[in-house]
Amino acid sequence: MIEGIFVDGLIFSIMALGIFISYKIMDLADLTCDGSFATGAAVAAVCIKSGLGITLALILGFAAGALSGMATALIHCRLRIPGLLAGILVMTMLYSVNLRILGGANVPLLGVKKFYTEVPRILGFLPSEWASLAGTIAIVLLMKGLVDLFFRTDLGLSVGAMGGNEQVVISQGMNPETLKVIGLGFSNGLIGFSGALLAQYQGFADANLGTGMVVQGLAAIMIGDFLFSTNRISLLTLRVILGSIIYKALMYGGRKYGYLVGITPNDFKLLTGLLVILSLAVAKARSGASDRGARRKAMDKVAAKANGGCNADA
Amino acid sequence: MLTLEHVTKVFYPGTVNEKLALEDISLTVEQGEVVCVIGSNGSGKSTLFNLISGTYPVTSGRIILDSKDVTHQPEYKRAFTIGRIFQDPTKGTAANMSVEDNLITASRKGMRGLGISLNDKKRAYFRELLGPIGLSDRLSDNVGLLSGGQRQALTLLMTVLSNPSMILLDEHTAALDPGNAATVMNLTQKYIEKYSLTAVMVTHNMQFAIDYGNRLIMMDEGQIIFDVSGAEKKKLTVERLVQIFKEIKKKEFATDRGLLAI
Repeated sequence: MIEGIFVDGLIFSIMALGIFISYKIMDLADLTCDGSFATGAAVAAVCIKSGLGITLALILGFAAGALSGMATALIHCRLRIPGLLAGILVMTMLYSVNLRILGGANVPLLGVKKFYTEVPRILGFLPSEWASLAGTIAIVLLMKGLVDLFFRTDLGLSVGAMGGNEQVVISQGMNPETLKVIGLGFSNGLIGFSGALLAQYQGFADANLGTGMVVQGLAAIMIGDFLFSTNRISLLTLRVILGSIIYKALMYGGRKYGYLVGITPNDFKLLTGLLVILSLAVAKARSGASDRGARRKAMDKVAAKANGGCNADA
Repeated sequence: MLTLEHVTKVFYPGTVNEKLALEDISLTVEQGEVVCVIGSNGSGKSTLFNLISGTYPVTSGRIILDSKDVTHQPEYKRAFTIGRIFQDPTKGTAANMSVEDNLITASRKGMRGLGISLNDKKRAYFRELLGPIGLSDRLSDNVGLLSGGQRQALTLLMTVLSNPSMILLDEHTAALDPGNAATVMNLTQKYIEKYSLTAVMVTHNMQFAIDYGNRLIMMDEGQIIFDVSGAEKKKLTVERLVQIFKEIKKKEFATDRGLLAI
């Protein structure tokens, strides 16, 4: 059972990484996610159904998500409408697109080769649930590595700089629109990939798969924020993954033991939202405190240096 | 070289809020010239900078940069030749990133690829560059932790790092305390000399405008009312400058009265 939570949380964490890119790094609240997650799932399901293979299904899931994100970025930049509205538009339009791709409300993936039937077969020496977990960990590490690497490249740094201050990239002769298209493309690519993986794990793709995903992803990111503080990309992404697993574990706990306090799964959306609000409130209080802390640390450093200088003179 | 030909800027044209911000400005700044721009609030100095760097489109007229018509070029393309520093120290740096990440972003112009440029050699180079502004041991600290003066000094370094041929300084020391302002200004002068930059600088300090640079422009109500350079500028004093300003204003006033009388 515990393996189930981990697999669930890890698949979910790839989506959370996507939201992390748009929300945290690019400072853009992108709601495309609710649509692109299901698009990735739908594309992968149809691919697998038509025998194109698992690898291609995952790649095309990523590509479909990336295209959705780019669409949002282009609408946002070209028509100069707020990113939030652009995301809502694309998300809403994608719902119809997803129904078209699926050819109905859902596509079951029973009795076909998929990631979570093939991995246990290859790793035959492990119990099938543990084999699934191992396969998922490998995929998540690959995706994490990809994100870490991207944000170390010059292009990735520029996307990060744009999130901090758009004027900086303009001053360096870069078109911020291009950077937004690339950033949101990558972000939603990961989200689509996550959907493509989830469809194979749960054995079906559904047009409603993405509903409420943004808020859940934000909750996971914010849980991660509480774990430790850092400004290194590899630790930031690790934090997102850990936060996702904890979030899924909390939800599992809620499903299993919630009845004791009268909570049903119907309340989860409310609780997730409240969790996000609470996290934001705590983070705000903490950032004030840590600003003061950082200033004190810097002052101490200067003081220590001054003392050191005096000692050297003496 | 920068040339403005009959540049006019009207905000909100055709509405009740219509405002003529710049009126028929023609100006040529030669390569290597250091121009100080003075003028009261609302005289059009910042609008002039916004038009030169491409933040706003012009209403009419042409802007020519290094003998190329850039009137309709977007801001990010003009940024290849123009570096700009704002009054607000937070505008020139990305607070969410470390000092080294900011520097590597600023180290050249144009769109980036998937290469990784930041390495130990670059770090050593950056440390050396940061020496004069006392930030050499803060490479991996986030820029948000720096003070306003440190951020503005870093902005200055980032601006000259990518080799613009011209810099626009929009009262870039006005938000700093006197000590930091002096440091940043000294640094500015050093960089202008070292890289033989063409510079246009807005300042509210008349004495500074007289002492520094080889040309002085006074703006008022969207027009250039006084333009002096070379030996003539050297002879100026603050009193003389104020007197000139009053004389020009009085003449206008007189003609206005004359018009009304008829």
